[in-house]
Amino acid sequence: MLEIKKLSVHYGGIHALQGISLSVPDGSIVTLIGANGAGKSTTLRSIVGLVKPSGGEIVWNGKTISGQGTKEIVEQGIVLVPEGRRIFPNLTVEENLFLGAYARNDKPGIKSDMDRVYELFPRLKERRLQKGGTLSGGEQQMLAVGRALMSRPKLLMMDEPSLGLAPLVVKMIFEIIRQINAQGTTVLLIEQNAKAALEVAHYGYVLETGRITLEGKGRDLLNDDRVRKAYLGEGQ
Amino acid sequence: MTLSLLLQHIVNALSLGSLYALIAIGYTMVYGILRLINFAHGDVFMLGAYVAFYGITLVSLPWWAALLIAIVLTAMFGIGLERVAYKPLRDSPRISIMISAIGASFLLESLGVLIFGGRPKGVPVPEVLSRVIRIGPVSTVVISLIIPLFTFGLLAVLVYIVNRTKTGMAMRAVSTDIEASRLMAVDVNRIVSFTFGIGSLLAAFGGIMWSFKYPQLNPLMGVMPGLKCFIAAVIGGIGSIGGAVLGGFLLGGIEIMIVAFLPTLSGYRDAFAFVLLIVVLLVKPTGLLGKRQTEKV
Ligand SMILES: Nc1ncnc2c1ncn2[C@@H]1O[C@H](COP(=O)(O)OP(=O)(O)OP(=O)(O)O)[C@@H](O)[C@H]1O
Ligand SMILES: [Mg+2]
Repeated sequence: MLEIKKLSVHYGGIHALQGISLSVPDGSIVTLIGANGAGKSTTLRSIVGLVKPSGGEIVWNGKTISGQGTKEIVEQGIVLVPEGRRIFPNLTVEENLFLGAYARNDKPGIKSDMDRVYELFPRLKERRLQKGGTLSGGEQQMLAVGRALMSRPKLLMMDEPSLGLAPLVVKMIFEIIRQINAQGTTVLLIEQNAKAALEVAHYGYVLETGRITLEGKGRDLLNDDRVRKAYLGEGQ
Repeated sequence: MTLSLLLQHIVNALSLGSLYALIAIGYTMVYGILRLINFAHGDVFMLGAYVAFYGITLVSLPWWAALLIAIVLTAMFGIGLERVAYKPLRDSPRISIMISAIGASFLLESLGVLIFGGRPKGVPVPEVLSRVIRIGPVSTVVISLIIPLFTFGLLAVLVYIVNRTKTGMAMRAVSTDIEASRLMAVDVNRIVSFTFGIGSLLAAFGGIMWSFKYPQLNPLMGVMPGLKCFIAAVIGGIGSIGGAVLGGFLLGGIEIMIVAFLPTLSGYRDAFAFVLLIVVLLVKPTGLLGKRQTEKV
């Protein structure tokens, strides 16, 4: 269970997050939707310690993790698939996956998890000795997700995984998210593609310029007039 | 020119090229990880030579023991230098850390004058290393053969570490994307320390071998080799280890051959590094083996 309490982030004079609170129960898929610049990435980056909050608290399974280093946070089972994928272009597909398991030392476990990732994304297996930078955008997103799974995360956070991908690949990514969640991994998902996100999520939050303005079950938000107008491009 | 003389020049070129390559690697590795030009690297080279010198003369260690201890101490010093002079500035503008590097270089040189004394010191070269041996038509001092041999050994180990070990994989990851490496639970500080440690270790080995080959020490002895090896790293393509090795051997080779074949120009030997640098950068701005750096967002 991840709990964010009154989280506040400043970038110099910009108050990017103005005291947001949300929670991600174990086993669920929670989504955070919002327009460009609302503070979605900032939220995820604060959770993994890449951004230092100016106020509030982040609690993971009863323990305060805000203030800890990224390495410690990741080692506690929280992993981020960052915005723009950020795979290592100069490393092979296989090395990228090994890096995902950097904190682990159980060789057989790593091997079997790698097989599992290859099963999930057969395309990656065909390209295992190819440099990450030579993959297509969709394949890079698969690699980014596979790399994150290699750490055996308890909480998988994804920052706009569908960005710039063809509809078919987007569908596949969301299917994988559902599958990963069904196998017991908690998911916190950020999306521009609000419709797909709300369809897959159990619970959703709407973020507007650093504040949470709306929250509810995925289905309910899908049917909410304000959400339909602002994020699903319906009605005038 | 006889064949034996030519072979002799080749041995000399290999040994000078090895020394340049050893130092150039330190520049290129640190640049690869932190995008920092460690201007104090030449002074680390100097320090290694002095520590070994005092190990032999003051503590009367056998030369090989002094060599090993000096290498380890200098590597630790390099790690400490990064902690004190560069780490606090890692998130500051690039120019601050560059200035800190220049400052560190001046500081080490001044401390060298203060502690070691400005007067040059003669190095007691171990007898085994200064012996002249004959292989077929070539006669040469042992040290000139030992230097390339050990250098190739060290390079092989380095290539293995970078390409085949977990730490090496993390080094390559950190060099392209520090933040993404953090997200993989890589301890970036440890990787940076490791890189400085390796670079300083190789520079110390180079410095000590240098002092056995040209047996005189002074606190500014690292300035010119440091500058040339920085040039070698840029010529080869800064950030690329293979490039640094290539640049080092190229510079060493050209320098020896110019002195050998065009003795009237030998007064300009130090200038040729710069000429080569300009020519290479005009033809290939990224250096011989360098790749275009895609700027990170
Ligand atoms: N490193 C930074 N320095 C200064 N301002 C920043 C920085 N990162 C983000 N911001 C600002 O903080 C606000 C929130 O940014 P954030 O990246 O969290 O938005 P987002 O919701 O992820 O947007 P997008 O959908 O475009 O990715 C924006 O106004 C942005 O300009
Ligand atoms: Mg974002």
